[in-house]
Amino acid sequence: MADKRMTLDDLVGELRSGMTIGIGGWGSRRKPMAAVRALLRSDLTDLTVVSYGGPDVGLLCAAGKVAKVVFGFVTLDSIPTDPHFRVARQTGAVEAMEVDEGMFYLGLLAASQRLPFLPTRAGLGSDVLRVNPTLRTVRSPYDDGEELVAMPALRLDAALVHVNRADAHGSGQILGPDPFFDELFLGAAERRFVTTERLVATEELASEGPIQTMCISRLLTDGVVETPGGAHFTACVPDYGRDEAFQKEYVAAAGDAEAWSAFSRRYLEVGEHDYQAEVTRATAERTAERVEAQPGPSGSGSGQEAPR
Amino acid sequence: MSATTPAATDTGDTGVTRAEYCAVACADVFRGDGEVMASAFGTAPALGARLAKLTFAPDLVLTDGDAALMVGAPALGTPASALVLESHMPYRKVFDVVWSGRRNLIMMASQIDRHGNQNISAIGDWARPKAQLVGVRGAPGNTVNHSTSYWVPNHSPRSFVEHVDVVSGVGYERAAEAGPSATRFHEIRHVVSNLGVFDFETPDRVMRLRSVHPGVTVEEVIEATGFDLVVPADVGATRLPTPEELDLIRTVLDPRGLRESEVRA
Repeated sequence: MADKRMTLDDLVGELRSGMTIGIGGWGSRRKPMAAVRALLRSDLTDLTVVSYGGPDVGLLCAAGKVAKVVFGFVTLDSIPTDPHFRVARQTGAVEAMEVDEGMFYLGLLAASQRLPFLPTRAGLGSDVLRVNPTLRTVRSPYDDGEELVAMPALRLDAALVHVNRADAHGSGQILGPDPFFDELFLGAAERRFVTTERLVATEELASEGPIQTMCISRLLTDGVVETPGGAHFTACVPDYGRDEAFQKEYVAAAGDAEAWSAFSRRYLEVGEHDYQAEVTRATAERTAERVEAQPGPSGSGSGQEAPR
Repeated sequence: MSATTPAATDTGDTGVTRAEYCAVACADVFRGDGEVMASAFGTAPALGARLAKLTFAPDLVLTDGDAALMVGAPALGTPASALVLESHMPYRKVFDVVWSGRRNLIMMASQIDRHGNQNISAIGDWARPKAQLVGVRGAPGNTVNHSTSYWVPNHSPRSFVEHVDVVSGVGYERAAEAGPSATRFHEIRHVVSNLGVFDFETPDRVMRLRSVHPGVTVEEVIEATGFDLVVPADVGATRLPTPEELDLIRTVLDPRGLRESEVRA
């Protein structure tokens, strides 16, 4: 079996400016952030980013890497919107293709099944058709004669996803409750890259979780990179939850040019190893501040469901 | 100093707060529902769905807000580790539920208009918005596949507008224009705001005032609405919670009073 292990630099080396790149995960959950950070450090530009968007989209926009975003939403989950994406849209810095999140799913599914489109009711009557004038409807050839949206295949030059465990041959394992659409991002792409919290021997996968957690087959992967903490600051359960304090720091910094340049110098203009070291240091600093401040018990949980 | 409940807004002799009227109005969105997935965004809708399940709609199926369906109707803010789950419901399966129509939903709206069009995408011109919001999300697909209602906790001429800037959730007029495939499963059931309850039970399917919350006048509602609302001659008050409902809200479903921080009277 092929050894598909590579480094983040190898991965970035396989990408080119102008490519259409799909990024797995959902909102601020299980995003391949180490790979995104490697993209930020590269000289790649003019990318089309296809994503159930979270901070991946915001960071790439802030770094001027993005020509176009294909999305149904961009959210940080516990914070409704991403500040950099907001600015990019409001200044007209990026082109946009905004579709219903179910249309997005069918676009990936069509691409992964080598179909030109898939029909759906989603989009009918909405401004999704107005703001995407190239979208077409299709009439059912059967007696019902229904007219439906023909969601075009979202074909990707490359896909990046992050999983909990993987082996050297490209089998990936997602231990969290939702595999999202990672399998379809890989299926829709020419070049398929999986980053993982931990690389394990193939025979160890079964002891990590039940068979249905081994949901990415090596049929769908070209390269595997071990990147512990590789989804930080997004959630990667059960390995770790979202780093809410860090996410707040990211959002606060984005609101101010000087703060953002300090944030960039500390976290983004350094390699992945140094990034992780800085995160550990930042967490320790916050803990120290908390102990000093001696706050009372704080409430948590808004009672609201995550939007879907 | 352990006061975590903001001052409740008493609306008269009953002692029932505005937020509690809103929760009951949201519960009524699910009246008559059988075994469907009740999805609810916002505190009053989350409370309403739970209340409905514990009273008149016992077969409702509630999601845990992550990737599962959960047993019972746990209090708002119950930690994930304390939930009892009954089924796996990752996002990919959510679309099976949405597109099969086995769902009843209360979404929020940054803007809503007289036809029931909703906007959560962007304020201003879509091509270069004044304010980028979260995005259309699932609103286009939801609205043409199953019953959808809206919760607007800040009723004002900025949220109840003549025309929404980007039609995310599809209203009656737009669905009719799009044709039978769009109208076939389309229903905007209710709009619940901090001032009243609204529906589209008019001949031309435009928004009608269904009831005002006690403590609110019809004039206040008209004043706060940026379009011509249909106002029947005899508008009633939003119904009182039953004693059982009030007890469930206060002692079982939201003992911490989260509902009171969402709604201004």
